[in-house]
Amino acid sequence: MSPPAGESPHWPAVGRTPRFRSPLLHAGIILGLIVIHFILPEYHNGNLARIMVLAVYAMGYNILFGYTGLLSLGHALFFAAGMYGLGLPMHLLGATPAPAFLGGLATALVVSAVIGFLALRTSGVAFMIVTLMFAQAGFLTVLLFGEYTRGDEGFVIQQAARQVAGIDLTDPSNRYFAALTLFGVCLLLIAWLVQTPFGRCLVAIRENEERARLLGYDVLAHKLGAVIISGTMSGAAGAAYALLFGYAGATFASVQYSILPLLWVLLGGAGTTIGPFIGTVFMFYLIDLASGVTSAYMLIAGLALVLLTIFAPQGLAGELRRRLMSWLP
Amino acid sequence: MTAPLLSTRGLSKSFGGLEAVRDVDFDLPEGQIRALIGPNGAGKSTFVGMICGRIPASRGDVRFAGRDITDLAAHRRIGLGMAYSFQITSIFARLSLHENVALAVRRALAQPHPAAVDQRVAAVLDRVGLAGRAYQTAGELSYGHQRLLEIAMGLGQTPRLFILDEPTQGLAESEVETFKALIRTLGGETTILLIEHNMRVVMETAEYITVLDGGRRLAEGTPAEIRADASVQRAYLGSGSP
Ligand SMILES: Nc1ncnc2c1ncn2[C@@H]1O[C@H](COP(=O)(O)OP(=O)(O)O)[C@@H](O)[C@H]1O
Ligand SMILES: [Mg+2]
Repeated sequence: MSPPAGESPHWPAVGRTPRFRSPLLHAGIILGLIVIHFILPEYHNGNLARIMVLAVYAMGYNILFGYTGLLSLGHALFFAAGMYGLGLPMHLLGATPAPAFLGGLATALVVSAVIGFLALRTSGVAFMIVTLMFAQAGFLTVLLFGEYTRGDEGFVIQQAARQVAGIDLTDPSNRYFAALTLFGVCLLLIAWLVQTPFGRCLVAIRENEERARLLGYDVLAHKLGAVIISGTMSGAAGAAYALLFGYAGATFASVQYSILPLLWVLLGGAGTTIGPFIGTVFMFYLIDLASGVTSAYMLIAGLALVLLTIFAPQGLAGELRRRLMSWLP
Repeated sequence: MTAPLLSTRGLSKSFGGLEAVRDVDFDLPEGQIRALIGPNGAGKSTFVGMICGRIPASRGDVRFAGRDITDLAAHRRIGLGMAYSFQITSIFARLSLHENVALAVRRALAQPHPAAVDQRVAAVLDRVGLAGRAYQTAGELSYGHQRLLEIAMGLGQTPRLFILDEPTQGLAESEVETFKALIRTLGGETTILLIEHNMRVVMETAEYITVLDGGRRLAEGTPAEIRADASVQRAYLGSGSP
């Protein structure tokens, strides 16, 4: 399994390794998550449903940060666009979940297209600040229209409304499989995307933008595509979160929710397909366990983060790729 | 005579007060191996940068393959069939050699099927003598091999016009020999614009030579004519060594 001496330690050697490994890995993860549902106690099943939805958010973030090399500090805007794009029509107009979910996706898509168009005029630190400012504007908009959004307090989506084709999404098991469906679709989508010429070009842009341009790639169009895919996937997570857990509130549009996916991705391994999920699981349980031990749980979590950054600077999956599985996509 | 593949008229660039390239008229017929020479700071890199779109021109225009490309973005110009190999090596250091070249090949192929891409990449790496290293990380290569990879990326694009900016800079003697052989075989396939300091390489590969000095076109002619040109000798003697 370990690569012969002198082979690529950082990025997968596409073209040499058998092409079935990557599909096998991702199908294996999805299968594992099906099996584990019947083994784990209810408490952990509940956690995992939440983790899978948040991991979709992290995977969306990873497309832009991990694969394209663009650091956004405003992804909460896309998460919230999906959340309110689904939540408000359900809450105010009595929309049913399926069209409301599409509404959430469409909202996130439009918002990310507009933000991408504007923010991609900048790069580096300016891009970070511009995305941060736009997200802050989004957060304030949610508060400003408190009459409808109920601001910080948020609103609940009633159990009676969270039914799709006779399936009650408030039932823990149904909720788990709904989350798994979204997670599985997004995971396979990304695994496919990063193998396409489009996905390979995103990596090229991350590695050496000017070189990519002078190979003839339209860098701006590729970056815009990355923002839109990233933002829409983040929005899908936001919409699913509101639908499956029955709540939408301004906290999810706050800067904290822009930082979280960055942390999950850094911990799990930026620019890997499975890193965002690993990072989300890790951080969720780290905080969960630490808070069981002490009230200063953020201190323990923080310490673990520092240790990880020192000993596994490429994240857990990045370390896995470096040491054992050079083919990891 | 048929129209040249590439031509510039009045092409100029100023950086602040400094006029790096001044009113250069230039014609390159299809299929020619042309060398562009001149002392350090003559404006050679700036000139080809304006041709491939890396550097916006201050004045003048560029025509390529029968159309005015003065206002086209770099990636569009490359899409028309140019390849540019950087003076300062610019590769994807953390990717494998295979992927470096595959990125060039995929953009150039109309239908980038993985098998077709792999085959083309292997052929290109073989041509520059890097076939055995396809799955090494590019950044771990020696300097000379990185230069060869840079050239391989250009080859992978199957360009109509291949611009090479000082490709032999820092190469070992044996690598220079390999490079000369490569350029000669390429000559039958594509048009080459070669910036080169090594006079032996220039005299042995170029069919025609353009000399820049102080941003202006100083002389143009066959290798024999350039060798005999008094103004060229003065320019080089004035700036030290060629
Ligand atoms: N980006 C830039 N900003 C300012 N001056 C530049 C820049 N690029 C090149 N120059 C100047 O323009 C002149 C021509 O440079 P260059 O085209 O690199 O010459 P050559 O490739 O012939 O050695 C030099 O005097 C150089 O210092
Ligand atoms: Mg130069």
